Amino acid sequence: MARQLPKKIALFAFFAVLCLLVLLPFYAIALGSFKPGKELVRNGLNLDFDLSIMSFDNFVFLFTGEHSYFTWFFNSLLLTIVQVSLTLLVSSFVAYGFAAYEFKGKSFLFVCVLLILMVPFEILLLPLYKLMYDFRLMNTYAAIVLPGLANAATIFFFRQYLRGIPAEIVTAGRVDGASEYGIYFRLILPVMKPAFAAMAILNGMNSWNNLLWPFMVLSDENKYTLPIGLKTLLTPYGNNYDLLIVGSFFSILPIFALFLGFQRYFIDGMTAGSVKG
Amino acid sequence: MVKRFLYSQKAAPYVFVLPFVLVFLLFWVYPLGSSVEMGFQKISLGQGSQWVGLDNYAKLADDEIFRKAVANSFVYTLLTLAILIPFPMVFAVLINSKWMWAREFFKSAFFLPALTSVVVAGTIFRLSFGEMDTSLINSFLGWFGAEPVKFLKGQATGFAALLALATWRWTGVNMLYYLSGLKNIPEEYYEAASIDGASPLQRFFHITVPMLKPTTIYVVTISIYAGLAMFVESMMLWNGNNSPKNIGLTIVGYLYRQGIEKNEMGYAAAVGIVLLAMAMAINLAQLTLTGMFKKED
Repeated sequence: MARQLPKKIALFAFFAVLCLLVLLPFYAIALGSFKPGKELVRNGLNLDFDLSIMSFDNFVFLFTGEHSYFTWFFNSLLLTIVQVSLTLLVSSFVAYGFAAYEFKGKSFLFVCVLLILMVPFEILLLPLYKLMYDFRLMNTYAAIVLPGLANAATIFFFRQYLRGIPAEIVTAGRVDGASEYGIYFRLILPVMKPAFAAMAILNGMNSWNNLLWPFMVLSDENKYTLPIGLKTLLTPYGNNYDLLIVGSFFSILPIFALFLGFQRYFIDGMTAGSVKG
Repeated sequence: MVKRFLYSQKAAPYVFVLPFVLVFLLFWVYPLGSSVEMGFQKISLGQGSQWVGLDNYAKLADDEIFRKAVANSFVYTLLTLAILIPFPMVFAVLINSKWMWAREFFKSAFFLPALTSVVVAGTIFRLSFGEMDTSLINSFLGWFGAEPVKFLKGQATGFAALLALATWRWTGVNMLYYLSGLKNIPEEYYEAASIDGASPLQRFFHITVPMLKPTTIYVVTISIYAGLAMFVESMMLWNGNNSPKNIGLTIVGYLYRQGIEKNEMGYAAAVGIVLLAMAMAINLAQLTLTGMFKKED
């Protein structure tokens, strides 16, 4: 066994170095959040640990200062919760239709689901923008939530998951006199919990981090989400860097906390699309 | 009567898929159709539209800046493929080896960057790749006696920053894809090869790489998609859609510039249609080349 030790050490050392590189940007922004914005404009982000310029001032400003950060934070939170709950409910409803029934047009419709996955969403940015303008939905959250309600990737994942659920559940439900929808709501939804967890995380992260489409739709500063708000703080003059850096740093923390608690679901959700077997 | 019908086993599947059909028609088919239509028009929001035939496409063919954007998007896509396939694959194999300590810890640590938004990651990288000699990357270069580099002002160095950002965010995720692919390779293959005297390298190239092909196809597909559609990373790094001499301009960036910033919706729609055609052509070519359409296997 002793012969293996050098190999083990070499392997560990290699990954330890890589790991330091991966964590470096996090360390840099954590350090930056204790430095005055002026210092960051002058010197950029770096690893200088200089206690003479570091303080908790930015954190004090974040929690007590005059700014819209927490408006954006709670907008993001609200939007994420609404978007995730509606998307999961609608997408699982649709996925159950695809998984549990044989019907005319099923394969055609499922090809449509796959088609959505194959076309970059960015191509639809302009026509969707025009559509929301024509419907007078600009500057509303509806414009952000509606197009994603029946999410193709989520439908696809739920359908794969549902195919592993025994048909007896459905048959037994029918024998007991449950309606088709009762079967879905009372018998199927409860067994889909792990799939819901994985998709809640995937959709939740996408929603929490999403920039481009909300940025195009929302114009009222009080409706901004956190990524939009942070982006507006990144000005060429650097006058908002006090808030930008500490705010960026703080915005990562809730996701990290969730990740620590629900790692398995994060990994299931993020790798949901990859081919298995 | 209606209620009875809606609750019948015959109608139920259609009720279940109805939300998808509605969203598909309203937010996919209709916009895509109107994109095709706008491509043949001169149209601005809040103003009228007029038909101009193929003018937008003719103009695109001669548009130097559009060509620059296409070149940037393709170079970015190719370079991300060159980095984000081999490295994650090798890392996955190494981390999966029986000599690895603290495997779960490293897996989680590598995954962390994927949790950050482009806004936060872009801000960190913009300030780390700053041009002052004290910014993170230049201070590293300083240790080796190199002069500070104005990263975001040059083509090659600007791309280095873009690729660093992409590599940082996606290495861990691609590694996880490969790790789940590795689980599907039967252990016996390696045992048999060892008995035949195959070296670790031979085993890697003759068993691991071919057996990981489905994962590689998947990663290639999503990387092409993400690479060609990249925009926000560039927007964050250059703090807007204008980089010096358009070194960071991408196809979607150009679409955004024409459609949203200049309100030339027709011209921008044509950009989108060209992007769609390119994405479809590449995906089809790649799927054909990798044999996804063959019946066997």
